[in-house]
Amino acid sequence: MASGAQQVEMPKQAPRDRTRNFDEVALGYSEEQAVAEASRCLRCKNPRCVKGCPVGVDIPGFVGLVKERRHVEAARRIKETNSLPAVCGRVCPQENQCQMNCVLGVKGQPLAIGRLERYAADYERGSGVQTPEQTPRRGGRVAVVGSGPSGLTVAAELQRRGRQADIYESLHAPGGVLMYGIPEFRLPKEIVQAEVDYVRSLGVDLHLDSTIGRTLTVGELFRAGYDAVFIGSGAGLPHFLSVPGENLKGVCSANEFLIRTNLMKAYRFPEYRTPITVGRRVAVIGGGNVAMDSARCALRLGGEKVYVVYRRGKGELPARMEEAENAEEEGVEFMFQTNPVRFIGDDRGYVTGMECVRMELGEPDASGRRSPSPIQGSEFALDVDTVIVAIGQSPNPIIQQTTEGLEATRRGTIVVDEGTMATSIRGVYAGGDVVSGAATVISAMGAGRAAAAAIDGYIEKKCQSAM
Amino acid sequence: MYKVTERRDYPPNVRMFRVRAPAVSRKAAPGQFVIARVNERGERIPITIAGAEPGEDTVTVYFAEVGASTRDLGRLGEGDGILNFSGPLGNAIPLKGYGEVLCVAGGVFQGVNLYLAKALRGVGNRVTCVQVASDAGHLFLVDETREACDESHTVVEEDEGRGVKGLVAGLLDEGETGRVFTFGPVPMQRAVAEVASARGVPSSVSLYPVMVDGTGMCGACRVTVGGATRFACIDGPEFDGADVDFDELTSRLRYYTPQEKIAMVLSERGVL
Repeated sequence: MASGAQQVEMPKQAPRDRTRNFDEVALGYSEEQAVAEASRCLRCKNPRCVKGCPVGVDIPGFVGLVKERRHVEAARRIKETNSLPAVCGRVCPQENQCQMNCVLGVKGQPLAIGRLERYAADYERGSGVQTPEQTPRRGGRVAVVGSGPSGLTVAAELQRRGRQADIYESLHAPGGVLMYGIPEFRLPKEIVQAEVDYVRSLGVDLHLDSTIGRTLTVGELFRAGYDAVFIGSGAGLPHFLSVPGENLKGVCSANEFLIRTNLMKAYRFPEYRTPITVGRRVAVIGGGNVAMDSARCALRLGGEKVYVVYRRGKGELPARMEEAENAEEEGVEFMFQTNPVRFIGDDRGYVTGMECVRMELGEPDASGRRSPSPIQGSEFALDVDTVIVAIGQSPNPIIQQTTEGLEATRRGTIVVDEGTMATSIRGVYAGGDVVSGAATVISAMGAGRAAAAAIDGYIEKKCQSAM
Repeated sequence: MYKVTERRDYPPNVRMFRVRAPAVSRKAAPGQFVIARVNERGERIPITIAGAEPGEDTVTVYFAEVGASTRDLGRLGEGDGILNFSGPLGNAIPLKGYGEVLCVAGGVFQGVNLYLAKALRGVGNRVTCVQVASDAGHLFLVDETREACDESHTVVEEDEGRGVKGLVAGLLDEGETGRVFTFGPVPMQRAVAEVASARGVPSSVSLYPVMVDGTGMCGACRVTVGGATRFACIDGPEFDGADVDFDELTSRLRYYTPQEKIAMVLSERGVL
């Protein structure tokens, strides 16, 4: 029986080749591979995979269509609830979501849902996406702040519900973290652009160079005639370690490193004007996907030794296992249970090394992971000339500081009602990393869907009471 | 695209642009900046706002052609477009009544200083301006500054800050200055802040470390102020001059100097 078979592997660029380019690492299924993998689906009557998807994609439905080689229809089926399938097929942690619930996974390997989603989306894009029919306008205008995963989802959903959504993006390119954060070799920017174009084809107006809180405030958006505002401004403020020497030259945040590389294309300096420097010995501090992305970019930019320095153990890495494995294959070296204590510089202010301490792991903490504590006397020095700090981000504070009455936590996240994503201000909703703190693309999209439904209802009520 | 509606050149390498950017012009205030990107391959360049004309939907900026990116910008003429022009970013300098204020500007920052001086005078301050240049040929907006403030001085700086230090010290000793504001090269701002601090007068410096996004995302612009790390783009650019770690700022500003030199040489040779 087909379902007993192993997952069909997805071809990848060989590690030796791929560390010399920024091209996509995972190459995607061929049609035969996709159909073979789709044929493994058991078509459960009560599909548990769907419950594992934050946006509730009809997984058995689209997989069945791939099996029948009706790939364009498969992509459209996904797009009924997920506007960014080519993105999600690449960067979702399927192993903790839909695929974790797959019945096939009980005894063998789960269905490779992400790879199939990617296949269908890429097939549709390759065959020329048709402009979707626009839903008749039902009135109501919504300003969406930020064009990352949550903002794009809210805007697309509202358009489908007949509301006009306008996106305000602070940077010069739309896509948020998909554009500035995730590297080309994991998520080609052409694909992000195509997904953004799809959302725009639904009728969404996109305003770039617009920092809400500065260029326009939330209050001014309402005065400009918007009925509701959705804040999806992300977790853009990088954390630093607050240890001595952190402001030496050669120490930067992962955000800076990735923005220079991905958004500004500094790997093509000086043709592209934004410079970047990567030394011979690079340490990336942290263990999440951002740390893996930074380490892999550093290798591609000429780093000879690239270390990932993480205070917990391998089992606690917050990064997707697939990404950690990719990094390891490419030559990134992991230093587990290690933490920097201070950075050491030369007399010209350049970082030359860091003092680290070994960590031991104790009882699980609030995050469920074993909490690390330094081992006395285990300090040692590591020679490095580039340090990339990837220990997390908190929300950008500009909107919270400039919007009176908007309730935020001490960590800077916006407080919302979990069901409706409504904030403390009437008509203002929020979702994504600005609410949850740095999390996944798909959870931001889930929040976006919930917010869009609530905003739609809010406008409906507002219109009725006005009549 | 944001259209350049007017261009003026000041010797040797300073350019004034009026740029059509309605949203920015409605919100701009002294002390804030924009991020400009000339074209698809361009860097995001922070430029301090030197005026806003909301009636005409324009913003005034001055910049010096000192690197490849500012040379790219300087190639634009009236009618040309700047691809991105985002702002106003950063915090505006609070316009309060200080009584007497001293506004000291070096290099390309004369327009920015004039914008602030007018605004401070508009809220009732007695404003004295000091214009600093590396030689007499680099001074500009002298008449405009003289007309806009109560008292104005120029100083040509051949000797690493001693001239401006002496002048500022004299002015502070004579009057009852409530606050000193300064824009310009770091050594000059530092000299002004030190003179003010020595006399117990509070000072505002405006810092432009290396920036990328200008909205708090990259942390490249971190400066140590009063022992804490702050981001110039969202916590500044204005800081209390007495609290800034100028040594660190000076060092960090040089991080990309080698790359900037390469790009400049290629640009001058017409390769870029």
